[in-house]
Amino acid sequence: MYISLPQRGPRQKTGAPAARVSSVVVTLGVVSMLTDISSESVASILPLYITGALGLSTIAYGFIDGIYQGVSAIVRIGGGWASDRTDNPKWVAFFGYAASAATKVGLLFVSGFAGIASVIALDRLGKGVRTAPRDALITASSVPSNLGRSFGVHRMLDTIGAAGGPLLAFLILFFVPTGYHLVFIVSLGFAVVGVVILGLVVPAIRPRRQSAAAGEPRQPFRWRTLAEPRLRRLMFTAGILAVLTVGDGFIYLVLQDRSPFAAQWFPLLYVGTNVAFFIFAVPLGRLADRFGRARVFVLGHVALLGAYACAALPVGGAAVTVACLVLLGAFYAATDGVLAALASEATPPENRATGIAAAQTVVAIGRLVGSTAFGILWFAVGRELAVIIVAAALAAAIPALLVMVRPLARTSAV
Amino acid sequence: MTPRARLVTAVVLTVVLLGSTAAYAVSAIVGHQARQAIPAEAQTAAFDRQVAAGRIVFRNTTADAAYGLVASVSADDPSGDRSVTDIACDRVYSEARSTMCLRIDRGVLTTFSANLLDTAGTVQRSWSLPGIPSRTRVSSDGERVAFTSFVTGEAYATVGFATATQISTIHGDDYGNLEDFALTIDGTPNTAADRNFWGVTFTSDPDVFYATAATGSKTWLVRGDLAARTLTSVRESVECPSLSPDETRIAFKKNISTTATAHWSIAVLDLTTNKETVMPDPRNIDDQVEWLDDSTLLYGLARDDQPGDSDVWSIQADGRGASALFIEHATSPSAVRP
Repeated sequence: MYISLPQRGPRQKTGAPAARVSSVVVTLGVVSMLTDISSESVASILPLYITGALGLSTIAYGFIDGIYQGVSAIVRIGGGWASDRTDNPKWVAFFGYAASAATKVGLLFVSGFAGIASVIALDRLGKGVRTAPRDALITASSVPSNLGRSFGVHRMLDTIGAAGGPLLAFLILFFVPTGYHLVFIVSLGFAVVGVVILGLVVPAIRPRRQSAAAGEPRQPFRWRTLAEPRLRRLMFTAGILAVLTVGDGFIYLVLQDRSPFAAQWFPLLYVGTNVAFFIFAVPLGRLADRFGRARVFVLGHVALLGAYACAALPVGGAAVTVACLVLLGAFYAATDGVLAALASEATPPENRATGIAAAQTVVAIGRLVGSTAFGILWFAVGRELAVIIVAAALAAAIPALLVMVRPLARTSAV
Repeated sequence: MTPRARLVTAVVLTVVLLGSTAAYAVSAIVGHQARQAIPAEAQTAAFDRQVAAGRIVFRNTTADAAYGLVASVSADDPSGDRSVTDIACDRVYSEARSTMCLRIDRGVLTTFSANLLDTAGTVQRSWSLPGIPSRTRVSSDGERVAFTSFVTGEAYATVGFATATQISTIHGDDYGNLEDFALTIDGTPNTAADRNFWGVTFTSDPDVFYATAATGSKTWLVRGDLAARTLTSVRESVECPSLSPDETRIAFKKNISTTATAHWSIAVLDLTTNKETVMPDPRNIDDQVEWLDDSTLLYGLARDDQPGDSDVWSIQADGRGASALFIEHATSPSAVRP
């Protein structure tokens, strides 16, 4: 049905071959990279700034961290809905990016806990708003046959920013130990450049108008299409898997407990995961295009299973730690962008951003539930056993869900 | 604007913005290095002469070459001459025989460590920390040490707020994370998933210590037993306890806020009468208090106008006097006793 859509996208204007990733996708990737350098440089030093420089407390940090997690998921659906209603994903995303950039100015002036909490909430609000419209733009600029690769390219650039931001921030603090404001200013610089590039370079694609112009009946936005069987099937599958996804933090804690290497590098383990994520993002995106996105999405959780195995193994050493981080990175590379591609496939253009947002929110909520439940399990039966129990459940779920997603896999293997 | 004109504008703006950001960063770094080149006002002196009875050891925060270094003043003349060591710590606590120095090992790959120093300032033991240093204490005989750090480092944190607190001896014994001790709250064993512990204070009994336990949004003063590996709640709403030298009272920070935003005041609990006195300093104080002597409390307070700078304040432990500035440009104080 809507598979025919991107036969006329920017691709035709530029005349690039179908397999090429659109320049719009690359530009969006660069915008995300700049924004992630900006956000993650601040996020990585925020605990230091709050506790060390401002003299606020430990609890305050936990509270702010909670805001970080919660706000984003809630407004995500709102962002998708606004994008679909206005048929203008670019400017909705622009609003999200601009809001996050503005918060970097705020950080220079607030010093109290409440001030910082609201500034961070606004930053995450911006992130929540922009994600779905941006993914809808990526879809509208790609062809079905390279959707996985397009998202792979975008997530690769995005992750380079996420890994580079903290390194940049700590480099600044290395030169100026109290240079928190300098980090905020540099962060603001990157954020503004991202917003400028988005505003000036990315075309204001209108997915609904595009499909209408192609002679397809022009559909208004409808919440009901969210209950469409394909999307429902995807959300169910992704939701089950998300509940069985233990937060990275827990895996790092298990490793730290086990291996002196992981203990020494504990604060930096996530950098290793990010590096693996960006290395695998494009290859796994291409694999998803060829082998079936739903299949790669579900099988990506085998890498997660491998990471659990590494964490639960009674041996600890540098090699096990590194293997665990590589597997975690591969897991993200096989699932993060691929989920957006799958959700795009499963929703018509007029509902696309909302559909993507719904799938991502299901995963976010599922992971929150999973992590909370795992935390309880962890203290009830101990670290290793808790990991083994979740691993067993995941091992059982993967084959069952592979069967479940067959209808999705068949149509996506265009 | 044509697409081409937009592209050119974007490129020009990108170059200008990133260029000016880089220029600003370079000038800030040069400015910092110039400040670092300012010779420290305080004189330098050997570590063992500073960590000595009758001195207050602290982390110096003057904006010069001595920033972040361990320094000391005489307890009799705290505003008088200060002398600095060549040892940098982000948190420091000294007793005559042992010093604990928690450090942020800065670099592109920043890590955190706890270090036990001997009387000469030489590192005797070192532990990797899972996050930013928070609290540290040494027992009055210099035999046992405790340190708390946050558990940070996951960019997309899912564990939420967590602390790790460990107790060790200077002879190489580790009692491990306090999370592995058996916790009893109001007579009931507690195994909540979100248990956290921080802020240890030692007693003269080698097995007994006090600390903060937290689960949910509540905190407790707990009495710990190293031999039995148990923690037993004593009183609710007590954080970062600090036992007086005569061991009759505990000074602590108390959250007096009624909203989600915490506001801590310093309070003193009399262990025999169970009477609690809140100190008349209305500011938000987030520190583990130090006893200068049996009647005076010391605590660090960050300066609002200058990130990274702070002062040490003093207040009478009976709550009958206003707080007073004790040591300027200083934090993390410890009174070294004979």
